[in-house]
Parts: sequence; C-alpha cells; structure tokens
Amino acid sequence: MIDFELGEEHEALRKTVEEFAQAEVAPVIGDFYERDEFPYEIVGKMGRMGLFGLPVSEEYGGMGGDYFALCLALEELARVDSSVAVTVEAGVSLGIMPLYRYGTEEQKRRWLPELTAGTKLGAFGLTEPDGGSDAGATRTTAVLDNGEWVLNGSKAFITNSGTDITALVTATAVTGKKPDGGKEISTILVPSGTPGLTVEKKYSKVGWNASDTHPLSFDDCRVPAENLLGERGRGYAQFLSILDEGRIAIAALSTGLAQGCVDESLRYVRERSTFGKTIGGYQAIQFKLADMELRTHNARLAYYAAAGKMLRGKPFKKEAAIAKLTASNAAMDNARDATQIFGGYGFMNEFPVGRFYRDAKILEIGEGTSEVQRMLIARELGLH
Amino acid sequence: MNIVVLVKQVPDTYSERKLSDADSTLDRDSADAVLDEINEKAVEQALQIKEAGEGEVTVVCVGPDRATDAIRKALSMGADKAVHVCDDALHGSDVLATAKVIAAAIGKGDAPDLVLAGNEATDGGGGAIPAILSELLGLPQLTHAREVSIEGQTVKATRETDEGLTYLEANLPAIVSVAEKINEPRYPSFKGIMAAKKKPVDTFTVADLGVDAGEVGLGNAWSAVTEAAPKPPRAAGQKAEDEGDGGTKIAEYLVTQKLI
Repeated sequence: MIDFELGEEHEALRKTVEEFAQAEVAPVIGDFYERDEFPYEIVGKMGRMGLFGLPVSEEYGGMGGDYFALCLALEELARVDSSVAVTVEAGVSLGIMPLYRYGTEEQKRRWLPELTAGTKLGAFGLTEPDGGSDAGATRTTAVLDNGEWVLNGSKAFITNSGTDITALVTATAVTGKKPDGGKEISTILVPSGTPGLTVEKKYSKVGWNASDTHPLSFDDCRVPAENLLGERGRGYAQFLSILDEGRIAIAALSTGLAQGCVDESLRYVRERSTFGKTIGGYQAIQFKLADMELRTHNARLAYYAAAGKMLRGKPFKKEAAIAKLTASNAAMDNARDATQIFGGYGFMNEFPVGRFYRDAKILEIGEGTSEVQRMLIARELGLH
Repeated sequence: MNIVVLVKQVPDTYSERKLSDADSTLDRDSADAVLDEINEKAVEQALQIKEAGEGEVTVVCVGPDRATDAIRKALSMGADKAVHVCDDALHGSDVLATAKVIAAAIGKGDAPDLVLAGNEATDGGGGAIPAILSELLGLPQLTHAREVSIEGQTVKATRETDEGLTYLEANLPAIVSVAEKINEPRYPSFKGIMAAKKKPVDTFTVADLGVDAGEVGLGNAWSAVTEAAPKPPRAAGQKAEDEGDGGTKIAEYLVTQKLI
C-alpha cells in the first residue's frame, strides 16, 4: 500500500485552493505585507470556502474532511503567501483543534461554528517570554477563587490573538502542583475582551507581516470555572498532542513555500537573459533548480507520510518531527536559492521571492525549533 | 423553482488553444479543460436564486466523457444534479445541432421555470445557443444580463451595452443568459466537493434523447471551417527616441491608429 497520488476529492480541494490563492491572494497580498496589515477580506473568503473547518465534523460547522485536507490547503496557500497560510494554520491547528479535541459539548457548540466559518479566530497561548518548548518553564498561573479561574502572567508570539475577529485565547497555565512536585498545567479558555486580558501592541516581525501576532498579559483575569478545557492537569499532554499535529501542518506550509520558490524561479529563469541567453540555460542555475525541486519533493513526501500515519491512527510523533525538520529546511534553502537566482530583484520586496525569504526563517523556529525536532527524533530512537 | 443551468467544458484560456489538424475542430488534448468561467457565473446566479427562496438546480452539459470534470465542479459549487449528453456522434456539432440536443435534454426532466446560461462560451464564442434555445423551447429570452432578479412569476434582468442599460422582464418560464459582470462565483467548499460525488448525473446519448443522428455532428453542420492558421507572432513594436518631443510622437502614433 504505497500510493502518494491524491484521491479525487483531495485533488479537487487542492486545485480549488490553488485557484483561489492565485486569483484572490497573489495579486493583493504584497500590499498588505508592506503595510503590515491583516487581510480581513481574504480571511473572510477563506472562511466562506470552509478552509477553517476542513478537519472538523459537520455538526460543529466543519467540512467533515480530515487533517490531510487542511495540510493540502496550507501547502497551496503558502505557495503564494505564508501570512495567510499561517493565519489558517494557527486558526485551525491551534485555535480550533484543542477545543474540538478536548472541549465539552457545550464549549464546542458555543465556539466552533463561528471559528470553523472563519468569522471568528481562536488563538493558542502557550509560549511565554521565558519559555517556548520548555513547558516546565510555564509561569502563568491560574487559581480557583469563588468559582472562577484567576489568571496572572504573560504569553509571547501569539498568532491571531489581536484581530478584530479574535474570539478567544486558549491559555496554558500552572494550576497547582502534581503529587511528584512538578507543575500541574491546565488549559483555560479566555474570551476576548475579558477584563484583565491585555492584548499588547503587535510585534514588528521579520516575516509573516500580514499575519497577526501579539504578546498577551493576564492581570487578575477572571473567567468562570467551566472555562477549563478538558481535564485539570492535562494541559501539558494536550498541547504536546496538539503540537505533534501542528508540526505536520507547518511541514505542509513549509512545502508550499519551497514550491513557491520553484514556481517563481522557473518563471524567472526562462525570461531573464544574461550574456546572450536565458539564465535557465546555464548549468549553475539548472543545478540550483534541480536541488530546489528535490527538496520540495522530499518535503512533500515527508509530510504526506506523517499525515498518512496520523490518519490511520498510528503513532506519528517521529514522522511529524521529521516532516517539520525536512520541510522547514527545504523552505529556508529554497528561499535562499530563489533569492540568489533573482539577483538584485530578489532583494526587492516587490517580488514574491523576497517575501518568501523573510517568511522562511520562522519555519525553523515556530511550533518547535529545528533543535527540538532533532531532540524528538532522537528520543523516538530511544535516546534519553 | 426548477432552475436549469447550461454548462460547457472549454479549454483553459490560459493554455495554448488550437484546432486539430485532422478536421479543424477543437483539439481537446492540447489544452487543460475547465468549466467555462461564464458558466460558473451562471451556476452562481442559480444558486443565489435558490438560496433566496427554494428550488432545485440542474446543470445540463453536452460534451465528451471528460466533461464530467466540469459537471463535477458545478455540482461541488452546490448544484443538485446533472444531465450529461455524451455521444461520439456529437463531435463537431454546430450551434443549431447543439441547441436541439440541449432542448431535448431539458425535455427529459421536469419543465424548468428558469434556464440560465452564459452569454457566450470562451472557446467557440458563438453566443447563439440561448437565442436558438429560446426559439426551440418557445420561451422568452433575456440575454447579456448584468443583474437578474426573480419577483413572483416575473424575471427581471439588466442588460449593459455600450449605449447604456436596458431593463428587461419576462414571465417565467424564461431563458436568461448572464454576462461577465453578473457576480463573483463562489469557490467550492470541501463539503461541496465531497457531496458532489454522491449527486445524481444522468447520462444520455443522442438516441436516448430521440434526436436524429443525421442532424448532429461535423458532417451535418451548417457551417464548416475550411482553413485555420495559428495567430502570427506579435510583431516587434516601434521604437521612438524621446528628444523632448516624446509626448507629441506618442500622440501622433495614436492618431495614425485612430485611437485619438
């Protein structure tokens, strides 16, 4: 059973998102990026297409698809632009999936219909100023007081947390001590606008400039006790599982960026001439493009394989880490090569490859750095 | 309301389109095939009318086997069912024969309240099907609509021409052809894509429809392509040096082209 051909429905979805990205995103996204502006209209259109509801069942407003469908959509979006791709990625894999996987029936009914429709966005508050991958470093606390959780602390680099349509933040917090003395971490839903939740000024970023990222602070922020997501003390396990899935999504997004570099470069090397012939005729350029194609191919296979394991209900932690590492490397390497192929124009923001270059670096960092991926792979090999 | 939408699969306008060497009909293998964009707009209009009230949208397509892809696209946008007329005998049919076949295919289902079509296909560009169909079915036609609305048993349409806007109306049932500006067609959702697979598609041959095979196909067409040549490559432009009189030179050139 080895078949990497897409089924009819997945292929139809891929083609639809490809057409959408080319027609609706490509012509306008550069301006949003330049202005550091969140593209509400594009997000609305992606919502109407059902992109935010891809892996969610229809009873909660979803499309009844699967996580692989989401990955295909992310790849096609990122082929054109990573800001819109990560808005969907974070909206679904971090905003929706924790609720969908661990929420009570009531929580799901309350939040999911608008989140899957893309009319509202959810954010996931995990990373803190002093700790990302090291969850033990979590400092935000939540204490039960009179039937309410009282949150104090701060979160860093939270995607989709400060848009006009952000509905809630799912925050991890220390809620006590485990019997072994370690931190008990739980996940708590904090609706936007709750007093005590401050969405700080948005970051000035190297890339992903048309996406929304803010620091958050909680200052005696009170929410009802029933806003606990899933079981108390399961926060750590929940986000580890959410991040495993999210790595496949980021791998798909990275593959898209790598493919975008190939697309743009292929077009350019057939048009641009130097010393009397088009630069695509020179072996120096041909080898670069061959390498770029190779990396993209491997990245795609890696995330297809990880998604395949996940959908079959098999353990996929190692495959997800391998996919994320392979694809983010491919994205970074391809972005560097594409920029080089474009020469001076590669350094100009008016060409997409410059944007790809700026957007690629974060892929080696977000949702687990490359070092963390290696750590995970080594652990899966039994090394501790 | 029972709405029929005519859809056609055409070569993608972005790909290289040509006629076959053998019989000067469309070379379908040379280009990617897509649902004609104007038909997407017709489907969108049908869906909007259905969503504003109630009804059923049936797409009717005449085309070869692979036109099922175009039909599937219309179904994944939200149309309810499809009729596909597929028969080798139809190869090379002209607009008259095609319209006869479409009329017969429409006749196979419940009588439509509204037939929607694009004003002209991007490949043949005949633009005659809605009018011929109107004659064959004995229905009023409102063509080149920029806006369409249904009010009770009346359909109203706005037609835009270079001279201005014309406001048209007819009693239902009627045929309406839509123009470029009518709407922005939706992208199919994944739910729609998955649902499309399960929607009924009735496939008919010419014989099934009771159309005489002697009335269709290339041999029975009322017009024939006698010769075809590829478009000559674009000639290099004229270069003019700007010696302080660039504006004048451009103006003079535009005058020679009768553009100003």
